[in-house]
Amino acid sequence: MTKLNTFEQAVETYEPVLGLETHIELDTRTKMFCGCATAFGAEPNTQVCPVCLALPGALPVANRAAIEATIKIGLALNCTIASWTRFARKNYFYPDMPKNFQTSQYEEPLCEDGYVEVVVDGEVHRVEIERVHLEEDTGKTLHVGGTTGRIHGATESLVDYNRAGIPLVEIVTRPVPGTGALAPEVARAYTAELRDIVRSLGVSDVRMEQGSLRCDVNLSLNKPGEEWGTRTETKNVNSLRSVERAVRYEVRRQSALLDAGERIFQETRHFHEATGETSPGRSKEEATDYRYFPEPDLAVMEPSREWVEELRASLPELPRKRRERLQAAWALGDKDMQSVVNADAVDLIEATVAAGAAPAGAVKWWLGELSRRANESGAELTALAIDPAQVAELQAMVDDGRLNDKLARQVIDGVLAGEGSPAEVAQKRGLEVVSDTGALETAVDEAIAANPAVADKIRGGTHAAAGVLIGAVMKATKGQADAGAVRQIILDKLS
Amino acid sequence: MTRIIDKTAAELAAAIRDGDLTSVAVTTAFLDRIDAVDGTVKAFLHVDREGALATAAEVDAAVAAGEDLGPLAGVPIAIKDVVVTKGLPTTAASKILEGWIPPYDATIVERIKAARMPILGKTNMDEFAMGSSTEYSAYFPTRNPWDTGRIPGGSGGGSAAAVAAKMAPLAIGTDTGGSIRQPGAVTGTFGAKPTYGGNSRYGLIAFSSSLDTPGPVSRNALDGALLHEVISGYDPRDSTSIDAPVPPVVEAAKAGANGDLTGVKLGVVKEFKEGADAAEPGVVAAYEAGVEQLVKLGAEIVEVSCPSFAYALPTYYLIAPSEASSNLARYDGVRYGLRAGDDGKHSLEEVMSLTREAGFGPEVKRRIILGTYALSAGYVDAFYRKAQKVRTLIRQDFEKAFTQVDAIISPTTPFIAFAFGARTGDPYQMYLADLYTIPANMYGGPGVSVPVGLSEGMPVGLQVMGPVLGDDITYRVAAALESTQDVLLADTAPETEGK
Repeated sequence: MTKLNTFEQAVETYEPVLGLETHIELDTRTKMFCGCATAFGAEPNTQVCPVCLALPGALPVANRAAIEATIKIGLALNCTIASWTRFARKNYFYPDMPKNFQTSQYEEPLCEDGYVEVVVDGEVHRVEIERVHLEEDTGKTLHVGGTTGRIHGATESLVDYNRAGIPLVEIVTRPVPGTGALAPEVARAYTAELRDIVRSLGVSDVRMEQGSLRCDVNLSLNKPGEEWGTRTETKNVNSLRSVERAVRYEVRRQSALLDAGERIFQETRHFHEATGETSPGRSKEEATDYRYFPEPDLAVMEPSREWVEELRASLPELPRKRRERLQAAWALGDKDMQSVVNADAVDLIEATVAAGAAPAGAVKWWLGELSRRANESGAELTALAIDPAQVAELQAMVDDGRLNDKLARQVIDGVLAGEGSPAEVAQKRGLEVVSDTGALETAVDEAIAANPAVADKIRGGTHAAAGVLIGAVMKATKGQADAGAVRQIILDKLS
Repeated sequence: MTRIIDKTAAELAAAIRDGDLTSVAVTTAFLDRIDAVDGTVKAFLHVDREGALATAAEVDAAVAAGEDLGPLAGVPIAIKDVVVTKGLPTTAASKILEGWIPPYDATIVERIKAARMPILGKTNMDEFAMGSSTEYSAYFPTRNPWDTGRIPGGSGGGSAAAVAAKMAPLAIGTDTGGSIRQPGAVTGTFGAKPTYGGNSRYGLIAFSSSLDTPGPVSRNALDGALLHEVISGYDPRDSTSIDAPVPPVVEAAKAGANGDLTGVKLGVVKEFKEGADAAEPGVVAAYEAGVEQLVKLGAEIVEVSCPSFAYALPTYYLIAPSEASSNLARYDGVRYGLRAGDDGKHSLEEVMSLTREAGFGPEVKRRIILGTYALSAGYVDAFYRKAQKVRTLIRQDFEKAFTQVDAIISPTTPFIAFAFGARTGDPYQMYLADLYTIPANMYGGPGVSVPVGLSEGMPVGLQVMGPVLGDDITYRVAAALESTQDVLLADTAPETEGK
């Protein structure tokens, strides 16, 4: 294998063209074409019926709530909503797809021609949306007995059809050229924006870690002024961080191949979370002919203009508006707000403020200590085992003087380790600030006795020397003293 | 004295309601008849004596308790094996579904059960309803009760033969290109393909979704109409089902029986008379005698032109196999039915392939391949999509014709029942059986076949086609034609001997 270029080398020579296909599971109460429940995590094959198991004779009926949700997504993405649209069958054999065709949409998607604007490094990038269509999810296959967890080499395959037939919205962008070295960030920002928009609509929980938002990243490279290159499609990119990494990796990999005079194959690639690399999957050239044709079992949909306008009027505040509102409320500068957005901390901070913390404190914890912890463990901020209410509680303890920053960081250790709420951790670990003046005075007396020379300096008016005594007291109290209080006691005693 | 099995469904229902006969006696008579003659005819794939008698006993108890029962309560029925029946084997006459016991009922079966009709069993058919002779059943061919050396039509040969041989007073068929009407014609029984969407397809094992229509098979139009009203009507589980009142077919059949067709304009399709594939002379003679009778009853005959009908057959053989290739993809051995090659040595893909190789018969494979080809990239425009355009033209031909006439009549099928093996060697010769029936499927309107006479001692059917949701006119014309026959043709079938 050719040695990878660095990303910086790659984008010096080549211009990336991005394309993103996003699948979002709607959280309708029932499935797309039957009345089965959609709850995540149920026992395998307990949310199934003749329709979603594709028993002979069963017929689909489209879920109106899912159509409505898709139209809302289309409207929020500035799309045109079709006045005549229908489902189509996408034919291919796979055991987790009960009918061996997926009911999807082909030439007549529900929504078309929209756009999303994302801000990266203060620059607005317009990502055009080609189409938003409605389809159904497949079941899940578990391959047992192989070493890779993939079908090849497995001795047994188990299929869970609970997910089969859950409404899935596919959002496809047009190719996005011109992002240059910002391609990874733009891809990430688009995905985050899309997720936030859909979440604001309340039609999906858009949890990437549970697979309710799944990304395929298309990428090609070309030299400036040349035609676009052959693209690869990287599947299973299931976190914002991975979206960024997948783009970065493909840019590096493809550029190295092109440098070596090799060609890029149009193929599906798999993203590996652990290494951040992609590996080849099925080649598109030998891929199935899907033999799309209009689904004869489902009536054509003709969303009335009145209905569409009703839905448009019902759209909630969209993320961009909301961010502007929050930025003002939190009194943050553009740069700080961008940091909050980039850290995916808007919701977290809003919830923390709602739980009673001052905005400054909430921003400080999430962007500072907690972002650092997330980075260290390679996790998303939202995946940390601490919630906004706990952060607000922590901040309240600091505000009350029960914790200082150093103790607060230790409390975070405890919360992240699952030891309970901040108050419980502080109590269990004995991390409260010592405010018992008697105990502090004893400690100060001991420190004065142990450092007579320093004490004399203070008595002589060199108050800066108090630091030595404060240090000693802090050491003796294992950091649990309030440094301000200790200083006051020292100065009182020595003046 | 007339035997129980000689009575029409309407007579049986009345006798049961009035307490003159019990449903158990009636059901037993038909079950005994099955025992006696089905060894010869072989119309049934599965007989449910116990289940049928249990329902019959419930009906008798209800009658005794003075309950107000439906118009066909206690009258037994046979159901084509392509319709899903909870707890009763359902195979669509395919090896790939051998042994499968459905966990649910088709909507029309639910309605039959709600109407308290004992279900005698499941009838034989061409595999997945693909065929015109029942020779493509994966289990055995069904024989025509009029001449056991001949085919009973198809795909619903089992239902038609069961009614013709008086093993059932009523049966359910399904019609995609003529599978109710053509067997009706060649067995001297009445069969109706209702308006597409008028009867729920939920629980009908799909062959071609945009064409499949379940409907009644009976000895006469009134019986068919009674069953039609039991099974018809909007079903929210079938999104192609029409949310409209059921056409008043029983009333129409009764009106037609009065023998007055004054003011009724009947269209004859100019293009049906032309062309190399015209009906054989004996069929034409019987049909024309029937037309004369209709004229005597006051009907006016008007020639209508439907130029696109000439393309109906090839159009059908692109659309139906295309949809079938997708509908039959689910039979892969993963979830139910046959699984072949699962010996640990074959990959999943190979198991699917081996299952389909072993489980599907030759005609089903032919159509899957045809349909897969017609939908393939590079061919879809020339085949599937072009066929859809022609389908629109056929629909327009009908719509135009129905501005001129109330109904269109034709022979049901170009030829009488043929001998076994006569057409299996050349698929096109087999496909011609549906020449006159396919247009109504392409359009979606109703069509019935009513016995009109004999040719070479074998029954000939006359088809009446109506506008969408105009099922009533087809029943009225059919019943009027029946009123001209001293003895119902269905009652002149030779007595089948048991073997």
